[in-house]
Amino acid sequence: MSVEVISPGMLSTVQDLGRYGFQAFGMPVAGALDRYSLMAGNLVVGNDLRAAGLEITISGPELLFRSERLVCITGGDLSPKINDRDVPVWQGLMLREGDVLSFGGARNRGSRSWICIGGGIDTPPVMGSRSTYLRGGLGGCDGRRLKRGDILPLGAPDNFSRRGEGFIVPHELRQNYIERPVIRVIPGPQEALIAPEGVECFYSSSYRVGPDSDRMGYRLQGPVIRHKESPDMISDAVPWGAIQVPGNGLPIIMMADCQTTGGYPKIAGVINADLGLLSMMLPGDYLSFRRCAVTEAADASRALKGDLERIRVLLADHRSRPKDPSREIPADDGAMLLKFGGETFDVTWRII
Amino acid sequence: MTALPGSVGADSNRFDNVLKGGSDLEGRPEYPRFLWCGDACLVTEFGDTIDPLINSMVKGLELKIRGLVLPWLVETVPTYRSLAVYVDPWETRREEVELTVISLAREVEAKSMPSAAIAEIPVCYGGNFGPDLERVSIHTGLGPDDIIRLHSSKLYRIYMMGFTPGFPYLGGMDPRLETPRLEDPRTLIPAGSVGIAGKQTGIYPIPSPGGWNIIGRTPLVLFDPARPSPFLLEAGMEIRFVPVPEERFEEILSGKGA
Repeated sequence: MSVEVISPGMLSTVQDLGRYGFQAFGMPVAGALDRYSLMAGNLVVGNDLRAAGLEITISGPELLFRSERLVCITGGDLSPKINDRDVPVWQGLMLREGDVLSFGGARNRGSRSWICIGGGIDTPPVMGSRSTYLRGGLGGCDGRRLKRGDILPLGAPDNFSRRGEGFIVPHELRQNYIERPVIRVIPGPQEALIAPEGVECFYSSSYRVGPDSDRMGYRLQGPVIRHKESPDMISDAVPWGAIQVPGNGLPIIMMADCQTTGGYPKIAGVINADLGLLSMMLPGDYLSFRRCAVTEAADASRALKGDLERIRVLLADHRSRPKDPSREIPADDGAMLLKFGGETFDVTWRII
Repeated sequence: MTALPGSVGADSNRFDNVLKGGSDLEGRPEYPRFLWCGDACLVTEFGDTIDPLINSMVKGLELKIRGLVLPWLVETVPTYRSLAVYVDPWETRREEVELTVISLAREVEAKSMPSAAIAEIPVCYGGNFGPDLERVSIHTGLGPDDIIRLHSSKLYRIYMMGFTPGFPYLGGMDPRLETPRLEDPRTLIPAGSVGIAGKQTGIYPIPSPGGWNIIGRTPLVLFDPARPSPFLLEAGMEIRFVPVPEERFEEILSGKGA
């Protein structure tokens, strides 16, 4: 009931949906940088949405499966392989005992993936969550990134879950990598502390994700944003997605491991539904920002929730089918969802 | 990533101007203010100064919100002058959040706040536990005994928590104790260390690097993730430092009485 880490990859951590309820005490939430991808993967392998998976970055780990498990890799495409054979992302894959899951690396299709395993990763929860908070050295695998030789304990899988094997999440229900994304933001609580030309500059410029960007924050490079007067303010709460403008005028997008409070003006806040797009970005990638209303953000959030529901419905249908080996779908084939006269159809095809 | 804790209490003298002589919301039509920070966090500001009265209103709103059963409420984060209400945008609409928070915030009045709980923090001052007591003495011109007396005679309000897990932002230090940070920060300061940096005093909840003048250490464990209540302190509390002799440190640490 475990997975052995043969090599850890660049930055692999155990993450679930985050550690909530302690931000008032200064505890960052941590958790998967793309919650949607983690939840979708958990659905496919039959887990509770809150189960812990592995968040892997740019170059993935090499993992030896010591027990048979259904696995689904979501998020970006880091070229996963089972026993050196290429396998697709966003699909239910059965790994047998002794199989090795490895990764070829990022191919411009996102910088992070989430490996969801049937039964979930069963490291001890800390304060209600298995998420690794690296700076605090807590949660996940002793509060740190994976290292060679780690043994990741697995929970007991739902027997029914193995029937998610071969299930393909339709393309439009995936969190896909987008080049030069336009990130939707809501004007921040301290926009008034930024000079009007600074605000204009923020919304009209492209910014590049800087090299020292991590799970705490993305430091952006690009045109300098000027404050009206001083960049100082009385420290207050800093949510994930808040965009701070410190004294040097270069914005920082706060990510899941960010400090809970901070003293720089927040020019804007990334809407919840677009945080997943950010999780895919690599240092050097470009992005820009567009203002949106709270109402539009809410619609986007509800759309994501709806997408997850659609995966659930498709999966139930997939699981209820009798298993037929001739129906096994190779990697290059596709799937989509058709709505017709109020009915939903799951269509798969093969490119010949 | 973010600024170090700001100078607590520095803005207190601006309070009168902001309040315009009143002790409730009547004199300040611009407050409370409601500001979204993204679509998952609604911030209610009660002012723009560091003041116990404004901070107690923040705590008051937090208590009111926590008293309700709201399926969309994730958590609340009180800070010096504002309360952040974190919501799950999958479970609610903007109007619902605003309606709830705005109506509760308008009920909060500074004068109706309950008095804060007081926590006593035993501290072994000086010696190995407080290597910078002498530095503070040289800078302030006060003898070590006077420093200990001044530091332990005040009640400190915990305005908020942040910076690292379990770090209390304290207000109310005697201005005579003000001492600048070390020029060369230490690479490791033990958990429980009590220090002074500029106008503020604080306690390190976990071992970390830092440039504060360390004048003592408490044997109390401020943060232990394995405890049912991982944090000893909470925003809105008041604390008092109680000097204890060095030989008591191990006793308290091992639980033989606090």
